[in-house]
Parts: sequence; C-alpha cells; structure tokens
Amino acid sequence: MVPVTWYLWLAAVLFTIGLSGVLLKRNALIVMMSVELMLNAANLTFLAFARQSGNIGGHAIAFFVIAVAAAEAAVGLAVVIAIYRTRGSVNVDEVRALRE
Amino acid sequence: MQITAELVCFWIFAIPLVVTALGVVVARSPVYAAMNLVAAFFFMAGLYVLLAAHLIAFMQILVYAGAVMVLFLFVIMLLSLDEEHPQRERRRAMQYVGVLGAVSLLAVLASAIARVPDAAMSTLAQPDRFGTVKAVGQVLYTEFLLPFEVTSLLLLVAIVGAVVVAKERI
Repeated sequence: MVPVTWYLWLAAVLFTIGLSGVLLKRNALIVMMSVELMLNAANLTFLAFARQSGNIGGHAIAFFVIAVAAAEAAVGLAVVIAIYRTRGSVNVDEVRALRE
Repeated sequence: MQITAELVCFWIFAIPLVVTALGVVVARSPVYAAMNLVAAFFFMAGLYVLLAAHLIAFMQILVYAGAVMVLFLFVIMLLSLDEEHPQRERRRAMQYVGVLGAVSLLAVLASAIARVPDAAMSTLAQPDRFGTVKAVGQVLYTEFLLPFEVTSLLLLVAIVGAVVVAKERI
C-alpha cells in the first residue's frame, strides 16, 4: 500500500513546478498551463485524502475543481486572444495598461 | 516496505509525471509545453486510478487532456507565435527571486507533510463502489447539490464571457 504522504509529496513538487512556471515564463499561454498544473496538484491532494479517509466528498471537490479549471481556461484564453489582437504579443510583462 | 504492484504502478506514473511537468516549464515552444502537459494529465489520470477515483480519472482525460488542451492548441495555432517571436526570453532578477520563493513554499509544504501521520490507507467500506459514477453521483446530487447547480451557472457565464471577450464585434 502506497502511503498517503507520497502522494502529498508528489502534489507538493507538482505545485512548486507550476508556481515556478507562473513566475519564470513570460508567455501568457505557458503561464496558464502552469496554473492548470497547480490545479491538478491540488486535485491530487484532495483525492489522496479522500482515499485515505474513505470519504468520497473529496471526489466531489475534485469534480468542481475540474469544472472551474475548464471555465478558467475558456475565459483566460479569450483574454489572451483579445490582448494579442490589440497588442500583437502575449508577453505578460508588456501588458501593464492598468499600471500606467 | 515490500514491493507490491501498486508501488510499482505509483512510480511508473509518478516519475514521468514530474518529468513532463518540468517539460511544461522548460519547453521553449508553447506547442511542446502543451504536449508535455497532455502527457502529464495522462500520468495524473493513472495516479487517480491508483487512488480508486475512477470517475475523476476518466474526467481528467475527457475534460483536461481532451477539451481544455485542444482549446490551448487551437489558441497556440491561432496566434502562431513561433514564427513571430523566436527571441530568447529575457530573464529578470525578480523572476529568480520568485522561483526562490516557490522553492521556499515547497519547504513550508514539506514541514506540513512531515506532520501528517503516516497512517495506512483506510480499508474501504465498499471497495468495489468507491469512486464510481454511482457513488460520486450520489454525493453530488445530495450533499453537493447547490454547488453542482452553481457550477452549471459558472460554465454558462464562462461561455458567454469567452465569446464577448474574444469576438471582435458583437
């Protein structure tokens, strides 16, 4: 039997990889992919604890996380397309209209 | 710890998962990053099966590797970034500080995980039913009925919002 802490370790490593991607990459698309990775790491934690405790509520939460991630991807990609149309670039450093 | 089939399967899925996840961040081209992410989602689905979450594993492949990643690839090809922006990304000192922060977050998570009692997985009351469509559906339509309905509203808003934002002229 694989102990639950191994799954937690794996989820922590995946979350860190996703967070580094968000902070390191400047392409908005890859930043969004890294966010998906972080959401998946959270899902893995929910499912690991659901399996450990025998409580199926964690599966319902994972279901909602997937639905929210799909909505996030749809709206986020629409924003990326709109930004590309007006600025011709998807570099997140160049999008600072609110700051200036 | 004796070597069981579950242990072997865990490593078979876990090691490529971390490798492909790193590939998402390391890849220079968005298409390679997307392909790595698809592979990572498949390995993640394998881990979900190991955790007896059959429905969620199936949805992972159907929704994530299927719908969401196709959406990503559509946008990548729509923007055709590869030909226009071949330059190397400029790195800033703040980015490295950010990664340092991410690694320290890992340290915080590690200290939290170290405190989790290393209890064995519970023996399931109905092992053949845990994580199936029937079991998850039952809890979704009773305990989580309101969040479930609100999710449908959220998806509707997301569809309308995506069209409004992305369309040139309504």
